[in-house]
Amino acid sequence: MRFVLTEDQRDFGGSLDALLSGADTVGAARAWAEGDTAPGLELWRRLAEQGVNALVVPEEHGGMGATAVELVVAFEALGRHGVPGPWVESAAYLPLALADADLLAALAEGAVGTVAEAAHAPYALDAEVADHVFSCTGTTLRTATRGERLRSVDRTRHLTTLVAGDPVPGADLGAALESAVLATSAQLLGCGERLLDDAVAYVKQRRQFGREIGSYQAIKHALADVRIALDFARPLVLGAALGEVPAAAAKVACADAAYLASRTALQVHGAVGYTQELDLSIWITKVRALVTAWGTPAQHRAALLETLVAAAGTPVEA
Amino acid sequence: MDLSLSESELAFQAEARAWLAANVPAEPLPSMDTEAGWKAHQEWEARLAEARWAVVSWPREYHGREASLVEWVVFEEEYYRAGAPGRVSQNGIFLLAPIIFDHGTREQQDRFLPSMATGEQVWAQCWSEPEAGSDLASLRSTARRDEARGGWVLNGQKTWSSRASFAHWGFGLFRSDPEAQRHAGLTYFLFPLDADGITVRPIAQLDGEAGFAEVFFEDVFVPDSDVLGAPGDGWRVAMSTAGNERGLSLRSPGRFCAAADRLVDLYRSTVADGATPAATETAPAHVVDAWLRAQSYRLYTWGTVTRLAAGGDMGTAGSVNKVFWSELDIALHETALDLLGADAEVESRWLDGYTFSLSGPIYAGTNEIQRNIVAERILGLPREPKGAGR
Ligand SMILES: Cc1cc2nc3c(=O)[nH]c(=O)nc-3n(C[C@H](O)[C@H](O)[C@H](O)COP(=O)(O)OP(=O)(O)OC[C@H]3O[C@@H](n4cnc5c(N)ncnc54)[C@H](O)[C@@H]3O)c2cc1C
Repeated sequence: MRFVLTEDQRDFGGSLDALLSGADTVGAARAWAEGDTAPGLELWRRLAEQGVNALVVPEEHGGMGATAVELVVAFEALGRHGVPGPWVESAAYLPLALADADLLAALAEGAVGTVAEAAHAPYALDAEVADHVFSCTGTTLRTATRGERLRSVDRTRHLTTLVAGDPVPGADLGAALESAVLATSAQLLGCGERLLDDAVAYVKQRRQFGREIGSYQAIKHALADVRIALDFARPLVLGAALGEVPAAAAKVACADAAYLASRTALQVHGAVGYTQELDLSIWITKVRALVTAWGTPAQHRAALLETLVAAAGTPVEA
Repeated sequence: MDLSLSESELAFQAEARAWLAANVPAEPLPSMDTEAGWKAHQEWEARLAEARWAVVSWPREYHGREASLVEWVVFEEEYYRAGAPGRVSQNGIFLLAPIIFDHGTREQQDRFLPSMATGEQVWAQCWSEPEAGSDLASLRSTARRDEARGGWVLNGQKTWSSRASFAHWGFGLFRSDPEAQRHAGLTYFLFPLDADGITVRPIAQLDGEAGFAEVFFEDVFVPDSDVLGAPGDGWRVAMSTAGNERGLSLRSPGRFCAAADRLVDLYRSTVADGATPAATETAPAHVVDAWLRAQSYRLYTWGTVTRLAAGGDMGTAGSVNKVFWSELDIALHETALDLLGADAEVESRWLDGYTFSLSGPIYAGTNEIQRNIVAERILGLPREPKGAGR
């Protein structure tokens, strides 16, 4: 029993953090929002070199065959740095949903893929930059072509409707969905951590009424609650990665915690937090989008409840 | 990263499960805050100790089985899963004993630990005073040196002392140096509650039972052999207890996981019965949230256990923990009452649990104080200008 990251897993997270801290991820996100995807795709390429895209692609198809734990470590870093692009789709969902060896190898190498999953993610993310576009309805995976463009609350997320084409042989669509939900949870956790960091840094230097606003208890308690919410969302992400709890549990907790982080970060910043110019806006809007991406909290709660109620033999004597 | 138990841990788990299945009383014991319930709980503690399940992590000579931290958590999980009674000895075994192990003399260990393990001597924590709650360091009860008799003379008043109505011994802080500032000059004492000069006055709690008491001290003599740690060092000694109280020991995850499982069962049965209106509106989401928060607490605890086993300490994580479990406990029980609909006001195990849960954000350091600690010591935010609430 060792419920902490191994040294290798921590090193992997650390190396991604270092790479992303040194790359202008905010610049890439802002450019992406304006329709210039070149810096974001350059970042994509560099992350692919680190193996992020290949993590859960099976080894026989050129992947790393890593566990879901490495996947969540990577997605927390992507969230923390606000990296744009269809990462969940390319690196978490499609590697498990597809059966085609060539496609899997291409994804592992860094090809961009996207997918719309009717029940949980009905609009395809960033289809305009995708080399491979799929749609999934029920238990059928199909090729797809781009339809209408929609605007997301997160300006770095370009959504489109899809027109479904021919069925393609799918692998394990259930596992793919779990993986996408888990990756989104980890991304939310990373966003929440970033929002808290930025909020803490700000309240330590902003002064009103003659002292740092961070010395006021109303501010302290709000931020302490964010710390507590994130601290208790993380074990569900890691627990879900180990199969202890469904990914839905992680998604509900991370969505709640990250959303609390975003609301609190905005509030403690005051008006400047309400501007697009401040980088905080990148994470505030991303969290709102991710709260409903890959299944709304209501959907996940309902699914969890169904599982719990159906599970026979929970101890009644307690 | 993995959550699997080793062969020997699995064997330990199986042994605990089997013993509990064979020994846990079929009917819940009466409340430990009543005369009859107290006796029944003491008998249960004796039975646990006899089978070496009372204090699994302690040395064998003190009724323990030298269990590892992992085994301890495993035992707690099994204990609550089996629906075993609340621990009347918890103040002693979880709050005081770690301090006696760390700061007590060998003589004190031999004298106090075995009878604590068997439930023969039940201990009460006498920290709070009428004027010293959250601001514990402002306490006024005094200890005056009596060189001739080789000890100290206690005067003053303690309050909100859980289980003191029936308990045998108390542990608490007294101001032994009136000149010293706040945290300095406090000394940690152990005293029998039937000592000359001690008066215990029970106080009824929200549910009407005398769950805590005021304790008055009038020239109570305590020999040097009952001072815990060095005179004047009481604050430091006491703060190591506070970490235990907020952290792992008092609120092991098994309690919440077991309650969450019962909540799912309650949901299942109320839905099957034709849902109450509350059950069809907000309750389903609350059931899920209570369940997943209990799971989160369980997994978080395994993370803490891993770090502690690797030589780390609880540190300020106890404060994060405390706010979380106390709010979870209320949410769990509120949800159950929602499901019960009109029957929620009728006496039941859920209602008892709910009433007790309401005190969670108050005792063991209020949640406001814990949030201050999280903000100042974990997030590094500036202290309150007047130094309040550390
Ligand atoms: C069921 C129960 C069992 C207990 N058992 C024991 C026991 O066995 N032994 C024992 O010694 N004590 C015990 N206590 C007492 C407990 O430790 C105290 O109640 C607690 O420390 C708070 O002190 P207080 O009640 O005096 O409240 P106060 O300190 O007066 O606080 C009242 C309110 O003000 C808030 N407040 C105070 N200071 C600040 C601040 N700086 N910033 C923001 N808010 C603040 C508090 O959070 C609280 O909401 C028990 C209490 C309960 C309810």
